[in-house]
Amino acid sequence: MRLLPILLAAIFLVLPIKARAIPNELVIGISQFPSNFNPLINSMLAKSYLLGIARRPITVFDQDWNLICLLCKSLPDLANGTAVFETTANGKPGIAITYELLEEAKWGDGMPITTKDVLFTWEVGRHKLSGVGDTETFRRITKIDVHNDKKFTLHLNKRTCDFAGINSFELLPAHIDRENFKKPRQYRNRSAYERDTTNPGLWFGPYRIAKVVSGAHVVFERNPYWWGKRPQFSRIVVKTISNTAAMIANLLSGEIDYIAGELGLSIDQAMAFEERAADQFNFKYKPGLIYEHIDVNLDLPALKDLRVRRALIHAIDREAISKILFGGHQPVAHGQTNPLDSVYYQKIPKFDYNPNEAKALLQDAGWRQNSPRDIRQNANGVPLSFVFMTTAGNKPRELIQQVLQSQWRKIGIDVRIRNEPPRVFFGETVTKRKFRGLAMYAWLSAPRNIPRSTLHSEMIPSQGNGWSGQNYTGYSNPRLDKVLDAVEVVCESKANTALWNELQTIYSSELPVLPLYFRATPFVLPKWLKGIRPTGHQYPTTLWIEEWFAKGRTSQ
Amino acid sequence: MMRFLIFRASEALLILFVMSFLIYGLMGLMPGDPIDLMITSDPKLTPADAKRLKALYGLDQPILERYFSWLTAALEGDLGYSRVHSKPVLEILIPHLGNTLLLLGISLIISLFIAIPLGIYAALNPYSRCDYAVNLFCFAGISIPPFWLALLLILVFSVTFGWLPAGGMETVGKYSLLDRTQYLILPVVTLTIHSVGGFTRFMRASMLMTLRQDYIRTARAKGLSETHVVIGHALRNALTPLVTVVALSFGGMFSGALITETMFGWRGMGKTIFDAIMGNDFNLALIGLLLATAFTLLGNFLADICYAWLDPRINITERHAE
Repeated sequence: MRLLPILLAAIFLVLPIKARAIPNELVIGISQFPSNFNPLINSMLAKSYLLGIARRPITVFDQDWNLICLLCKSLPDLANGTAVFETTANGKPGIAITYELLEEAKWGDGMPITTKDVLFTWEVGRHKLSGVGDTETFRRITKIDVHNDKKFTLHLNKRTCDFAGINSFELLPAHIDRENFKKPRQYRNRSAYERDTTNPGLWFGPYRIAKVVSGAHVVFERNPYWWGKRPQFSRIVVKTISNTAAMIANLLSGEIDYIAGELGLSIDQAMAFEERAADQFNFKYKPGLIYEHIDVNLDLPALKDLRVRRALIHAIDREAISKILFGGHQPVAHGQTNPLDSVYYQKIPKFDYNPNEAKALLQDAGWRQNSPRDIRQNANGVPLSFVFMTTAGNKPRELIQQVLQSQWRKIGIDVRIRNEPPRVFFGETVTKRKFRGLAMYAWLSAPRNIPRSTLHSEMIPSQGNGWSGQNYTGYSNPRLDKVLDAVEVVCESKANTALWNELQTIYSSELPVLPLYFRATPFVLPKWLKGIRPTGHQYPTTLWIEEWFAKGRTSQ
Repeated sequence: MMRFLIFRASEALLILFVMSFLIYGLMGLMPGDPIDLMITSDPKLTPADAKRLKALYGLDQPILERYFSWLTAALEGDLGYSRVHSKPVLEILIPHLGNTLLLLGISLIISLFIAIPLGIYAALNPYSRCDYAVNLFCFAGISIPPFWLALLLILVFSVTFGWLPAGGMETVGKYSLLDRTQYLILPVVTLTIHSVGGFTRFMRASMLMTLRQDYIRTARAKGLSETHVVIGHALRNALTPLVTVVALSFGGMFSGALITETMFGWRGMGKTIFDAIMGNDFNLALIGLLLATAFTLLGNFLADICYAWLDPRINITERHAE
């Protein structure tokens, strides 16, 4: 037995202490590995994050939430004739938009990016059997006119105000993947992105993928054909560590340099970590487009009453919850549109914490209380009671839930918490509108996103429509339906602004859902890492990775 | 012997067939199909997109029909593609199976090397200070949650001392046996500490019972040395219950390593199966779980062989010839 400690000591002496393989590399930790690498098949954050390093969309929202060109010279504009109204073959209003790809843009194997790739991408994107998830962008294009290798015009069958952005039109390399598309049904499994992921010709960002170890890490090397600013790091390694405690331990041990905000720690974990590591790392909290809210099932008579919904929102102190639970990093939401969004309307109705007003509203709605400790009842003796659900195991949500339960109890509303695993909650309860009261979760949207799928009365899921649509509250308002239809197609600036204002006013005053917060994503950065600008929307920081640099980094 | 092998092989095939049906059916009963879940995370997907994708992936068919088309293809040797990874399932599972076998194999061998002598030693000195110390060690190993132990080991050996890597399977760009060994140490230690306690307790209990048998008393009366009595006479009989436990834990180890794999970023079967089930990746989850079943059956088959070797009174061929 005496030999054991000696043996262990010998093992550790023999093992070299880990050293960084390449000093000029950046190792990023994320919590999820992408299921595949084809930019058109499935959409997931982990994939967007990685592809941001090695690809560029034609258009995208930047860090200030403005639509910009990344692969084109300029955005189509009605003023200079690159966007022209036209009539479609079936007599409906359409639009023709012209783009010109950057002259110097090349794939990672040196082949120029051309209109051939645009045509091939359109062919794949609109094919019913290709397995592409979101085909809306491609289906709206009725024809593509090719002017030369770089310039093309898209003819869209619908005239919408967001015509200039073709963010989902992610180019595919025709010279590599056309062969794999001969059998469209098999394309999703046979694409070069899955069979030959390290083929340099698939990538055209500052880096290209050099190695993929499925489920573990992806190695990126500099792309010699990248036309933009030369990135400082010679190599980027993105490691997947699905357990956040292990992720922090990896950061502290130097195994990773940086925890990505997009797919890293939750806000409570980041705040707890900040308390003990603020001197070692920089912590950035970026509130964005992840909108935490409570869906209200409007099939329930009590919740159908606007006075009850207003009482519910008046009774909760969201400012205090944000300060106490989230260090004030998560701004209170008064509607579904983020204040950072250009279409945000400043004058929307806001319901501040006012329990007395809440009590008065309930009293007015016929929910009486015999003594302050009682649960309110209506004239028929029915108690004011709801089931409150969220995703089990989500700590911040469960904390909020408990606070809200106690605040609602103070005005005489009985709320019973019943949480479910996300799989059941989203797979059955929410999507089939089975929650009997309140359901708390989040929506992720893009800037200037029109909430048609969540608010239009045609989007209420039911047995009859195969549970399609995302209007889970069952909200139906003919005026809002009209506004939602119009805001998409009435593009004249003043009229469009008026519609956006009306949309937000109806939402915030009618409260089909109870707005809570805009979730903040925490970025844990080493002090020496500079140039990262969190976006707050679904386009990741990696789309600007060439701007990242190390300053004052000590060798490890 | 041939009849025994044929019997066991047919029995295994039947079990695998029943299991494939049960697993497929149970996964089909899970709420929400993959496209439903995709919609909740991607608001841009339209109901028309969902309908098209369901048809493309065959999710609009009844579960029984889907199962039989899978079975027909599987019998023709086509185990299908992973829906999530867009790759043939075996292409995903085989490397992960190798990783799991490496991790669990090393851990199992080390556990047995520690547990058997420790159990014997405790049984030979029951209720002594050493026995209490062994018991304490065993109960601590059994009771410590693996995720906590893993985290503790990472904090001590990676964060504080920097001796060992905190997670992963190899240093990127530096592939050598020594490098791989470094990455193996902490996950193996975690799994070993967790399993060694149970094995030691079984070994101790079994040895205690065996040492009370008449033939052991006779052997001692004959004047044989204590080492000869324990190793030559008692050990083989005392190993029989341990063999059963090890065989039974064979399949369970796939799922049991899930936490260790997650904490150390080890790309093994446990995590792959878990992710496949959660992502409704039918083909991948099904083949993964069938592999785990097959390994449990293999473990039990090996246990039967071991029984016959350990106790000549057990005749496996005769039992099935009756």
